[in-house]
Amino acid sequence: MNNTADTSDDLANDLATDLPGITTRIEARLAARHRAEKRFRLLSILAVWVGLAFLGVLFVIIVHSGADAFRQTKVLVDVRLEPKDFGAPGTVDRETLGRANYQGLMKRSLREAFPQVTSRKDRKGLYRLVSSGAAFELREKVLQAPELIGQTISIWVTASDDVDMIVKGVVPRKARVDHRRLGDNQMGWLEDLESAGRVELGFNWAFFTAGDSREPELAGIAAAVIGSLYSVLVCLAIAFPLGVMSALYLESFAPRNRWTDFIEVNINNLAAVPSIVFGLLGLAIFLNVLHLPRSAPLVGGMVLALMTMPTIVIAARVAIKGVPPSVREAALAVGASPVQAVFHHVLPLAMPGILTGTIIGTARALGETAPLLMIGMVAFVVDIPTSALDPATALPVQVFLWSDIPERAFAERTSAAILVLLGFVCLMNLTAVLLRKKFEIRW
Amino acid sequence: MGPVLVEEMIAGSTDLANPVLFKEHRALSAGPRGDTDIDYPKMSARELNVSYGGKAALHDVALDIPRNKVTALIGPSGCGKSTFIRCLNRMNDIIDNCRIEGVVDLDGENIYAQDRDVVQLRTRIGMVFQKPNPFPKSIFENVAYGPKIHGMARDREELNGIVLGSLERAGLLDEVRDRLDAPGISLSGGQQQRLCIARAIAVRPEVILMDEPCSALDPIATERIEELIMELKAQYTIIIVTHSMHQARRLSDKTGFFHMGRLVEHGDTEEVFENPRDDRTRDYVTGRTG
Repeated sequence: MNNTADTSDDLANDLATDLPGITTRIEARLAARHRAEKRFRLLSILAVWVGLAFLGVLFVIIVHSGADAFRQTKVLVDVRLEPKDFGAPGTVDRETLGRANYQGLMKRSLREAFPQVTSRKDRKGLYRLVSSGAAFELREKVLQAPELIGQTISIWVTASDDVDMIVKGVVPRKARVDHRRLGDNQMGWLEDLESAGRVELGFNWAFFTAGDSREPELAGIAAAVIGSLYSVLVCLAIAFPLGVMSALYLESFAPRNRWTDFIEVNINNLAAVPSIVFGLLGLAIFLNVLHLPRSAPLVGGMVLALMTMPTIVIAARVAIKGVPPSVREAALAVGASPVQAVFHHVLPLAMPGILTGTIIGTARALGETAPLLMIGMVAFVVDIPTSALDPATALPVQVFLWSDIPERAFAERTSAAILVLLGFVCLMNLTAVLLRKKFEIRW
Repeated sequence: MGPVLVEEMIAGSTDLANPVLFKEHRALSAGPRGDTDIDYPKMSARELNVSYGGKAALHDVALDIPRNKVTALIGPSGCGKSTFIRCLNRMNDIIDNCRIEGVVDLDGENIYAQDRDVVQLRTRIGMVFQKPNPFPKSIFENVAYGPKIHGMARDREELNGIVLGSLERAGLLDEVRDRLDAPGISLSGGQQQRLCIARAIAVRPEVILMDEPCSALDPIATERIEELIMELKAQYTIIIVTHSMHQARRLSDKTGFFHMGRLVEHGDTEEVFENPRDDRTRDYVTGRTG
């Protein structure tokens, strides 16, 4: 004991003699270390704020340019529904009613509202104030209430996109004639309608209920949303079980050898493959070899599943690794079989992590465009798909398609579609958080 | 749940909770029952060699474990005593690069035989770990899990009987009888360890392996566990790994001393501590090394 005490005393003496002023040296260094600490914290806070600022700017721009698409200009038109316009008097069967010339009715009503417009060219300009879809809205109304025939009804119909842009102020009224799409006389008629209280901005239901259209005021995202929904469901149904089972096997049962190392490396590689490559694979295998239908959400979902599976495998493996081995050992020690130990104890504890990874992977799949282009989900789809085999497009592809069209009204619809897409992604992330909270078991 | 009800449940918990009948049940499955004679050991290891990824952990270990006695395994850290105890219920199987050679018999049958059912084996040999590791479930579910997966109870009432009986024997019932639905994690460290013991005995094992069961506990909790081990000894063969020489001395009938992967010395506890034959044992048990 004495021996050790002596050595430590010696050491202290040695330090004092060998390194004079050692205390001041340490103090000087200490100040520099504190400064470094402060600097680092400031920089970190700055980094966070820069990130947030970019996000904010992005969001403001999209909302600013997209918000207008949620409203649509409507025009009140008085329509005289004369019985002779609907075939023989007394016939009220839907087929005859549906075949009537509503386009003509609409034109006649506009002509009667503006009797001063006489020349053929001017009349054409007058007709262009309302959308070509207005006749269909009239048809709907008549089919719903055939008893209105014989009366004069007032009906709000969708205005054309050119009128819409002026009313919303996207195109300024004072703009030079060649900068706006409405001529001076059309502007005059519009002002007449406005002063009569026949122009109104209402909620744009068509945007959420209609498929794509060449007319921006009639174009909606319903077909794309449903297509996306089918694709994501197919993707989840394939990728989640495959991914979780692979992860469970690799993490809990597979022996660690060169083969499993090889598989692990390749799953990591797969997660980093550009998404368009998966699209090419889908085109080559699913369409050309298996002859699955083109443009179908089924194939889109299968391609997205290929892309999402590695992400799920990686997330699930991390989550499974994070479960304390003592839980598995405890289960095995009371005689649980390895599969029971995994399914009764490891999997439930890993579930929050697995779900988070899955939903983040799926959210990425939801926003994916490139692989869908390859398998033909880039079509002009007017009809809302009713199954995963119908031709469809997806929300991000719809954004991509609209962004290519020069009309101003499509520009705001592009931003609005992006907003809807962002909304879905936020919703999914929120679900991820809630599910994690629900499944989390506190230790 | 009122106390009266609980007593009734224990009373009505069939022969499984009855120690006398239970012993007979074990005697049937355990083959010839030598009294305390080491000629009929409950377990025995012969020429046991274990290595992890080519690095040897146990050399040529041979040890007999007597029935219904406490056998303590002592030795410095890394000496192989935990490796040895984990060989006894084949818990080392789940470690990938672990290689095991040799023979370990349970009632004269090699547990490493080709056709041996590991799941059934682990039902006969329970284990309590160093750190209390209750499942993240309720106290009741913790104990009920084993009986459930083995289909030991015919109905809910029988399951209740098994769970309450096991908690009773683990000396925990009085502390938890009115909160069986509380999470097992909510108990104190010592209670959690007794819960783990209850969980182990709920599946009616014949042998209980304890890998430093008190190393994470305070002295009072340790004392409770030690008392429990002394009680359980009447019904179970207990093998305990411990770092505390005092604990080994207090609890065990037989002691084995491991050093650098070898079983240096083994015999009656009294003998090993008072008259060690090997110098390394003497240095260790007198506190000179280790």
